[in-house]
Amino acid sequence: MDKVLFGDNQFFAVNHASDEKARAQSIRFKEDAAIIKVIDQAMDLGINTFMCTTHDRIGNICNHMRSNPSRYKDFNIYPCMPYAHKYANAVTELGIMGTIKQYVPGNLFSTFAKGGFAFLSKDLIGLMELLIDAEMKMFKGINTPVIFIQNVLVDMILGLKMVEVFKEYDAYIRKKFNAEPGYITMNMPGLLHALNSIGIENPIICSSINKIGFRMSGGIEIYEKYLLEKQFRPIAMQVLAAGALRPKEAIEYLSNFPGIESVLFGASSKGHIDETKNLIEQNL
Amino acid sequence: MIKGAIIGLGKMGLSHAAIVGAHPDVDLVAVCDTSSLVLSAFNKFSTVKTYTDYKEMVGNEVLDFILIATPTKFHYNMVKYALEKGLHVFCEKPFTLTTLEGKELVELANRKGLVNQIGYHNHFIGTFRELKRLLQAEVLGELVHFTGEAYGPVVVKEKVGTWRSKPEEGGGCLFDYASHVINLIQEIIGRPVKASGSQLKSIYSKGVEDAVYGTLILENGLSGLLSVNWSDETYRKMSTSITIQGKKGKIICDATEIKIYLKEASKMEGLDKGWTIKYITDFAIPVNFYLRGEEYSAQIDNFIDCIKNKKQTVYNTFEQGLYTDKVIEMIIADYKKQ
Repeated sequence: MDKVLFGDNQFFAVNHASDEKARAQSIRFKEDAAIIKVIDQAMDLGINTFMCTTHDRIGNICNHMRSNPSRYKDFNIYPCMPYAHKYANAVTELGIMGTIKQYVPGNLFSTFAKGGFAFLSKDLIGLMELLIDAEMKMFKGINTPVIFIQNVLVDMILGLKMVEVFKEYDAYIRKKFNAEPGYITMNMPGLLHALNSIGIENPIICSSINKIGFRMSGGIEIYEKYLLEKQFRPIAMQVLAAGALRPKEAIEYLSNFPGIESVLFGASSKGHIDETKNLIEQNL
Repeated sequence: MIKGAIIGLGKMGLSHAAIVGAHPDVDLVAVCDTSSLVLSAFNKFSTVKTYTDYKEMVGNEVLDFILIATPTKFHYNMVKYALEKGLHVFCEKPFTLTTLEGKELVELANRKGLVNQIGYHNHFIGTFRELKRLLQAEVLGELVHFTGEAYGPVVVKEKVGTWRSKPEEGGGCLFDYASHVINLIQEIIGRPVKASGSQLKSIYSKGVEDAVYGTLILENGLSGLLSVNWSDETYRKMSTSITIQGKKGKIICDATEIKIYLKEASKMEGLDKGWTIKYITDFAIPVNFYLRGEEYSAQIDNFIDCIKNKKQTVYNTFEQGLYTDKVIEMIIADYKKQ
C-alpha cells in the first residue's frame, strides 16, 4: 500500500466536527467535475490511491477514469462498502427485506426469487456475495487492489460476535476480485483479536489513530500497545481528530508507531493536500 | 454477568444487539424477531438463542433485562409483560401510542423498583449535555425564545412504506423524528404545556405527516418553535439542533458543535465576548465499544450501570418518555382543532 491514501469524506458532506462545514463542502462539490479536479490535483502531487465509499457519485468518477485510460491506468481505488446511509435510510423506510429487494440487482435476484426469501435465509453468504457484487459493479475495469468493509458493518458484525462472516468476506474478496480484504473499524483492538481468532493473520485494519484518543474506543493506551506489539497492517484515519489537531503535531504523533503502513486523509485544497502528503512522507 | 435479551431486530434492534453483545458485563442470551432471515443469521453465526415469541423467550431464559426495539404499537404489551416478570426494561422511543398506556407502565415500573429507560440517545451526546449545563449556569440570562429543529432524508419519494407510514402504529415524522426534538426541549429547556399553530404536513407519504411545524409554550412561560422535516434530502443524515436566544446572548447546539454568542464575556465559564465555538471532540463521552456514535453505547452503559448499582437512571426515564408522548398528543389535538 502507498503511504498516502486520499479519502473522499470532503466530497460527500462528511465532517465529523461541523455540520455547517459539511454543507459548505456539499455545495462546493455539487458537480462531479469539481471532485475530479481535486483528485487530479492530488495525482499531480504524486498521490496514487483514492480510498472511497461506494457512493452513487463515485460511479460517475469511475466512468471518467474509464474514459481516460492513459491518465488513470496506474491509479488505484480502494472501495469501502457499503455506503451505509443509503441502506440505513432505506431500512427505516422499507424494512430489512424491502431494502434487500431494492438493492439486490433484479436479474441476479430473480435466480433467488424462485425459492423466495425462505431460500435466501438458507444462503446468507450467497446474499452477501450478491450485495458485494452489486457494490463493486461501478469499479469494473479499475484497479482495486484492496477492498474494505465500512466500520458500521465491521463493528456491527464484531459486536454481534458473528466473526465467521469475516472469514467468508475475506475468502470471497480474494477469490472473486483478486484483491486484499481490508477492515475499517472504530474498535481496532477488539477487531484484531476477533480476526486472529478465526485464523486471519496480519489483516489490513483502518482505524482512528490520533494524539487525543478521539474515536479510539476502549482508550488510547490499548491502541498504542497494539500498534507497538501486534502483527497487523494498520492504516491511520481521523489523524487530525476531526480538526482538533494541527497537521504537523498530528502526523508527528504517528511516527511513534513504525508499524503504521498508510495514512488516510482528505482535503479540498491543493495547498492542504501538499502539506499533509509531505508531512506523512517525512514522518512515516 | 448481567443477562439480557432483545425483542425486535430492525435497524435499532441490531445496533443494540451489537452494543449489548460487546459490553464486557453483559451476556446477550437471546433475541426475538419475526424475520426468518435475521434469525437465521443469528442461528448460523452466533451462539445467541433465537425466538419468534417473546413470552416463550422470557419464560425459557433466566434474564435480568429486556431491550425492546419493536414498532411502537407493540411497546405497551411487551414492556408490561417484562415488568410483571420483574425484568429491567430499556425501550426504544417513542414510548407508547397513548399516554394512558404509558402512565400505567410508569406506575408499574416505579412500583416494582425496576430500572426503566427510553432510547432518546441525544442526551448522551456531549454537546447537548454542555448546552444543558450552560443554561443551568444561566450564561444566557433570561431566556427569550428557542427553536428546536431536525431534518433528514427518510422519505424522499412517493411510495408505499412500512409501519412507519401508518399513524395508528406510531409511524410518521411526529412520532419518529419530532419526538427526539420535543424530548430535548423538554429536558434541556423546560416542559411544554401547550402547543399552538401546529402543522402536520404530508409531502411524499400518504396517511402520515412528513413534517411538523408549530409553537410550543413551556411551563415557565417561554415559547419557541418546533420545525422538523424527514423529507429533506439536503441533509445526508438526521441533523438535530437547538437554538436558544437569551437576553445575554445566544447558543446554537447540534450533535457536532456548540456555538455560543455572548454580549459580554463570562469569566466564570471562561467564555469570550462574541462567538465561541466548541466541538464534540471536547465533549464526547468515552465508550469501550463504538457503533454509529458514542451516544448509542453510552446510553446502554448507563442502563447497565443502573442495573449493577441498583439505582434509577437520571436520563430518559419512562416518565420522561411519557411526557414526550403527552406533548405529541398536545400537538395532534391542536392540529385537529384547527
